[in-house]
Amino acid sequence: MIFPYLIHILILIGIYLILAVSLNLSLGYAGLLSLGHVALFGIGAYTSALLNINGVPFVFSFLLAGLLAGFFGFLLAFATGKLKGDYYALASLGFAFVVYSLLLNLTEITRGPLGIPGISKPQIFGWAIKDNFSYLIFLALVCFVSIFLINKIVNSGFGKLLGAMRDDETGLRILGKDTKKLKYKTMFVSGFFAGISGSLFAHYIGFIDPNTFYISELVLILTIVILGGIASLKGSITATFVVIVLSELMRFLPLPSAIIGPGRQIVYAIVLIIILMFRPRGLLGRIDLE
Amino acid sequence: MKIKNISKSFGGIKALDSCNIEIKKKKINAIIGPNGSGKTTLFNIISGLIKPDKGEIIFQGHDILKLEDFERAKLGISRTFQEVRLFKNLTAKDHIDISLSENYESVLKSVIKKKRSNRKKIKRILKTVDLDKKLGSYVSDLSYGQRKLLDLAIVMAKKHSILLLDEPVAGVNPKLREKIKEILRELREKGETIVLIEHDMNFVMEIAEFIYVLDYGKVIAAGRPKEIQKNKKVLEVYLGG
Repeated sequence: MIFPYLIHILILIGIYLILAVSLNLSLGYAGLLSLGHVALFGIGAYTSALLNINGVPFVFSFLLAGLLAGFFGFLLAFATGKLKGDYYALASLGFAFVVYSLLLNLTEITRGPLGIPGISKPQIFGWAIKDNFSYLIFLALVCFVSIFLINKIVNSGFGKLLGAMRDDETGLRILGKDTKKLKYKTMFVSGFFAGISGSLFAHYIGFIDPNTFYISELVLILTIVILGGIASLKGSITATFVVIVLSELMRFLPLPSAIIGPGRQIVYAIVLIIILMFRPRGLLGRIDLE
Repeated sequence: MKIKNISKSFGGIKALDSCNIEIKKKKINAIIGPNGSGKTTLFNIISGLIKPDKGEIIFQGHDILKLEDFERAKLGISRTFQEVRLFKNLTAKDHIDISLSENYESVLKSVIKKKRSNRKKIKRILKTVDLDKKLGSYVSDLSYGQRKLLDLAIVMAKKHSILLLDEPVAGVNPKLREKIKEILRELREKGETIVLIEHDMNFVMEIAEFIYVLDYGKVIAAGRPKEIQKNKKVLEVYLGG
């Protein structure tokens, strides 16, 4: 009994790990307080699910989920090009609400609140991933590649430019760097990885509905990134383990299930407040959250 | 660089009033004037941080007012600010690395290409401002003077054809002032075009080859240091008679 449950938790950790590091790329490294990340996660999940139930092979639906979410990330950066700081955060939050409303109301495509059931487990070039253990192995592989690539990006010259943009955008433009393009590229890459994590989520759970991609989910991802420390991949990895395990442990509290859900949100909020008050750099971060 | 009829008002205040300046190539040019005379506004207009109400600025055959700030920087305009502007979470090495780089803006290249080490070149640049031992230091670990020097190193490292320096010796000790003077003279000898804004008149008179004097946004005098020192208008308006 314990073993399958452990695998389930590890799978959730893997999915949220990709989601958290992708948010850390835009929020932590580039300084874009993108509250629309949950929408990109949802776009990836719905793209993959809709393609899957229409017979598109997993490999294509998975990649298209990333590409479409990346494209929407780019669109968000393009549309909010002149906004900075809090204004950008508000606009991106608006984007999350719009996507949620579309998922809820475009019933002919998304089935609205009924959600999309029957999303199959992946099949990759003849390798059918039927059980959760195989899924975990596949996920671990995707996780490794994703973190490897994001780590490579943030430690490259491009990553240095992102850090400079986060510290002083005008200062970087004066050095001849087109910060608008930097934002577009960052949001595309960040969206791409959010999209593939959405696809992995949809194919693991087998059912998605708009509520999975509501703002409450954003609080979870933000808690992970801020707890781990902005601009710290190690921090995001550590915090994903801590938060997901903590969240799962709450199941065992002697409380009615109706209280557990909101209780989790309260715990996330408390963690966020404590971090912001006493350790703005998070567990492993080097940069203060401002 | 030719600055033609540049005017800029903030509300009812005229910061620049039909300002005409021609920057002398391969010389140290200085723009002086009392506080509020429009010197920094002019730098901000040249570098693209502020749009003028009218006028044009010709640089390398282009009217640069049509270009964005980063495009002007790419064209070769390199500037410092009165308040040193550095990236607080980056090391001295990273600052120079960014300034030197021209192909860091591609995500794909950053993933595929092997990291090319600029270390030697960066060290050489930092050595010119005596910061070669501070390669891995973050901005918060540097003194005010060292930050000024790093700021200078950044604009020197960036590909440029003109250097705009906003108060390069403001707030620095006499030793550092001499060091900065020495660096600027070396740059001049290499054929660089430098424009500086400075309040330290002794510094300006010692180093500048051509001076423009601004007052209430208008050029009231232009000439060599000796001519400026004797100019009646300058003595009346700027040096207080």
